[in-house]
Amino acid sequence: MTNISPLTEPVGEPLQAPAHADPGGARPRSVSSWRAILPRWSPKLGVGLGLVTAIALFGIVGPLLVGDPSAINNIGLTPPGSGYLLGTTQTGQDVFAQLTYATRGSLQIGLMVGVMATALSAFFGIIGGYVGGVTDESFSLFSNVMLVIPGLPLVIVISAFVPAAQRGTTMIAVVLAITGWAASSRVLRAQTLSLRNRDYVAAARVSGEKPWRVVTVEILPNLLPVLASQFVFAVVFAILAEAALSFLGLGASNSSTLGTMLYYAQNGFALQRSAWWWFVPPGTIIALFGCGLSLINFSIDEIINPKLRTEPKKRAARRSVAA
Amino acid sequence: MRYFVRKLAFYVVALWAAVTLNFFIPRLLPGNPVDILMAKLQQRGGSVDPAVRRTYELLLGSNSHESLWSQYVSYWYNMAHGDFGVSVSAFPARVSDVIAQSLPWTIVLVGLATLISFALGILLGIIVGWRRGSWLDSVVPATTVLAAVPYFWLALILVALFSSTLHWFPLLGGYDVRLALGWNWGFIGSAAYHAVLPALTIVISSVGGWLLGMRNMMVSTASEDYILTAQAKGLRPGRIMMRYAARNAVLPSLAGFAISLGFVVSGAIVTEQVFSYPGVGSKLLQAVQNNDYALMQGIFLVITVAVLGANLIVDLLYGVIDPRTRNHS
Amino acid sequence: MTTTSSPTAPDTRRRDTDSVLTVEHLDVVYQVASPVHAVRDVSLTLGRGEILGLAGESGCGKTTLAYAINRLHRPPAEVTRGSVTFHDRDGQDLDLLALENEDLRRFRWAKLSMVFQGAMNALNPVTSVRAQLDDVLTTHVPAMTRRARRARCVEVFELVGVDPGRLDSYPHELSGGMRQRVMIAMALLLNPQVMIMDEPTTALDVVVQRGILREILRLREELGFAVIFITHDLPLLLELSDRIAIMLEGEIVELASADEIYLRPQHPYTRKLLDAFPSLTGERGAFIRSGASSSREQLPGTDPNEVDPR
Repeated sequence: MTNISPLTEPVGEPLQAPAHADPGGARPRSVSSWRAILPRWSPKLGVGLGLVTAIALFGIVGPLLVGDPSAINNIGLTPPGSGYLLGTTQTGQDVFAQLTYATRGSLQIGLMVGVMATALSAFFGIIGGYVGGVTDESFSLFSNVMLVIPGLPLVIVISAFVPAAQRGTTMIAVVLAITGWAASSRVLRAQTLSLRNRDYVAAARVSGEKPWRVVTVEILPNLLPVLASQFVFAVVFAILAEAALSFLGLGASNSSTLGTMLYYAQNGFALQRSAWWWFVPPGTIIALFGCGLSLINFSIDEIINPKLRTEPKKRAARRSVAA
Repeated sequence: MRYFVRKLAFYVVALWAAVTLNFFIPRLLPGNPVDILMAKLQQRGGSVDPAVRRTYELLLGSNSHESLWSQYVSYWYNMAHGDFGVSVSAFPARVSDVIAQSLPWTIVLVGLATLISFALGILLGIIVGWRRGSWLDSVVPATTVLAAVPYFWLALILVALFSSTLHWFPLLGGYDVRLALGWNWGFIGSAAYHAVLPALTIVISSVGGWLLGMRNMMVSTASEDYILTAQAKGLRPGRIMMRYAARNAVLPSLAGFAISLGFVVSGAIVTEQVFSYPGVGSKLLQAVQNNDYALMQGIFLVITVAVLGANLIVDLLYGVIDPRTRNHS
Repeated sequence: MTTTSSPTAPDTRRRDTDSVLTVEHLDVVYQVASPVHAVRDVSLTLGRGEILGLAGESGCGKTTLAYAINRLHRPPAEVTRGSVTFHDRDGQDLDLLALENEDLRRFRWAKLSMVFQGAMNALNPVTSVRAQLDDVLTTHVPAMTRRARRARCVEVFELVGVDPGRLDSYPHELSGGMRQRVMIAMALLLNPQVMIMDEPTTALDVVVQRGILREILRLREELGFAVIFITHDLPLLLELSDRIAIMLEGEIVELASADEIYLRPQHPYTRKLLDAFPSLTGERGAFIRSGASSSREQLPGTDPNEVDPR
C-alpha cells in the first residue's frame, strides 16, 4: 500500500526511466553504453565475485603450493594440526593438498560442462526460437523430452555401461552436458521468441539483413545477460552433478574432484569415525562456490528483470526533495 | 480440451523416447553386457537358462544376427509385461519383484518430501515476495546457499550431527530390521522415524528453489495492472496477495515443475545411498556396483515413468488453474 | 469514520455548485536520481455530478494526478505538497492524503472508484468476471447474501449493457469493448460519488467508443456521480464534459467550461491543442498544408501559424 512517505529510496542510475520498466521496443544503446548492461554493484555481487574468485584461485594456484596429495603415510587418520592443515585421511594422505587438487578437478569439469551445455542449449533454443516453424517445433519437442526424462538416473545408466577404463574426465563432461542442456534451451527459446518480435529486429529483417547477421548482431547481444545467467546455472549444475556422480563411484576414474574426495571419505568411514576434517571441507567448497555463483546470478537477474531491483538504502542521505 | 490432449500426447511421446533410449544405450556403448551378466549369474549359482539369456539379450543387445527392429518389438513386448529378467544382485529374485518391493519406500519418501518442500517453498516465497524491502529480503540470498549445497553432503552432515553425535535419529535404514514388515503401528512408526532425516535432507535442499522462483514471480506480479485495480477497489491486502498476486505468480513454478522434480529425484537417489534407505534409488546403485544391468534398466524405466506421470499430473493441474490455456492451447 | 452506504439508487440528481472533491496546490514528484516533477501546484474542484475533463498530451501528468488523488501512486512517486479533500454526501470532509490503511481501504471504491485504460491488463486473468465483482461486494458489504450479490452483479451488467450471461466468463474471453463495460459496471457497484476514468475509450474503435460515452452520460443522469475524465482526445471532451482542465508539463494551464474552451481559449497551448485536430468540414488538405482548422471561428489576433512561445 502506498503512503505519502516513500517506502524505498530512489533508484540509482536506472537502466530505464521509472515510467517504463518494460524494455518494450526501444533499441538498446550502442556499445559505448556497456556500462548499462553490466550488473550494478551491490554487496551481493561483491560477495559472490569474492567467493568465486577465491575458490578459483585456490584451485588454480593451490596445487602448485602444496605437497603431494597421494603420498601415503602410516600415521593414519589424524585431525588437523602438527603440520597438516586439514589433517590426514586414513592412509595418511594430506587432506589439504587433496583439497586443492580436487577443487581444480571440479572446476575443470564444471567449466567444460558449462561451456558445452550452454552451447547446446544456445543452438537448440536460439536457433529454434528464431527460425520457427517445423524446426522450432521439433527442437522444442526434443528439449522438452530431454527435460522430462530424469537426469541423474540417465547419467548413472550411461556411466555404468561405459567400462571404467574409458570413463575419463571428457567422457563424464560430455555425458553431463548431454543431460543438462535442456532446461536452459527452454529459457533461451522463450527469450529469443520475445526478442524476435521487437521492432528493431523486424526492421532488420524487413531491410533484408541475412538471418545469421540478424541473430548475431541484433538478438545475441540482448541475450547476453540471459546467456550468462544460464552459463552460471550450468556450471553450478555440473559441479553438483559431477560431485554426486563421483560420490556414487561413477565419476571420472582418472581424476580427483571434490566428489571423489567425498567418495573416499565415505568409503573410509569418515562419518563413523567423526573425521569431520575429511568430509566437511569438500562439501563446504562446493556449497560456497555454488553460493557465489548464485549470488552473481542474482545480479544478472536484476539486469534481465528490472522489477527485481532493491534500491540501495544508503542513498537516503543524498536524496533531496526537489521543489 | 485441446490443451489436455496435447499434453497427453506429449507424455506418450516422452515415454516412447525414454523406452527407446533404454533400448539403445547398452547397444551403443562399448562392451558386451550380456556375457558379463551371464557370467555373474553363473557365479551366483544360476543356470545358463536360454530363456533368461533371451531376456537379457533383448534388454541389452546381442551379437546375434537378429534384426534390430525385431529385437525392438520383442523388447516392447517384454516391457509391457514387466519382464526384465532375473536380478543378478538380488538373485534369484526377478527384477520386477525387486522393484515392486522397493518402489513404495521411494514413492512415499520422495512424494511426501516433495509436497512438503513445494508447499513450504511456495508459501514462504509468497510472503517474502509480497513484503518487499523488509528484512525478509535478506533471507533470500541465504537460501541460495542451501540450494548450492550438495544433497548428499547435507545428508552426511545431518547424519553426523543428528545420528552420530546427538543420537536423536537412526543412522540408516528404512525401519528397524528387528520388526516384522506389516501394517502395524510399530512398523509404521519405525518407518516414519527412520524417514525423518532423509526427508529433511530433501526438503532443505529443494525448498530454496521453490522459494526463489515464487518470490521473483511475486515481485514481478506486484507491478501488474490488475493488482493496481485490486488495490483501487479497496480489497484487503491478504486477499490481494493470495487471490490476485499469488494465483498468477504460481503459474511459472508449476510450469517449471518438471525441471525441479528432476533435481529432487536425483537428490533422492543419492540421499537414499547415504542413509541406506531401502528404496529404488539405493537398489539402482547396488545394481550399478554389481553390473546388474537388467535391474538397472528396469529401475531406470520405472523412475522415468513415475517422473513422467508426476509431470503429467502437474501439467493437467496447470490447465485447470490457468483458464487461458484451455482456449488457446 | 463513515460507513459504506448500501447499494441502492441514490435519491437525488443534484447538479448544483456543491463540490465533492477539492484539490489544492498538489505536488507529485518522482524521487529518482534527478527528480521529476510530474504534478506541479495543481488546484481544482469537482462539483457534485459534474463531468470534468482532464486533457493533455502523453506524459503531462494527468494519470499521475488521478492516481495521486486516490493514493494509488507507487514509489518512487511521492506527494510532496498539497491537499486532497473529499466532501462526502452526508456532510463530512475527508482528508484523502491522511487516510490510513483500514479507512483508506473502506473509502476506496465505495466513495470513489476508477475505470482504467482498456489496453491495460486491469482484470485478473485467472478468475472469472463474476468473482472479481463479488470481491468488491464481499469486502465492502459483508452482510450481503449470495443471492443479493448475484442480483447486484446482474443489475450493474444490465446498466452498462452487457449480457448477464457473460458473468462467468474470463477476461480473455471478452472483447475490448465488453471488458471496458465490465470495468465500468464494476466501478458502479457501490454507487460511488466520484468516478475517475483514465482513457477508458482510447483502445477502442470509434463506434464502440460512442456507445460507451453515451452509457456514461446516461448513467450520470440516472445515478448522479461526478466524473473526472482523462484523455488526450480534446474534441471528445468538448462533447462530453461540463468543464475542462488542460494540463501541460504537470500544470493546469487552463480550466473553464467546455464552451469557453471551445469558443474563447485563453492559453496558447489550449489553442494549439484545438488546432491539432483536423476537421471533417472545410477544404480538403487545408489542415496539412496550412494548419488551418476551420471548425471554429478565426479569432481576431490569432494566427494558426504563429509559433508558440512555450
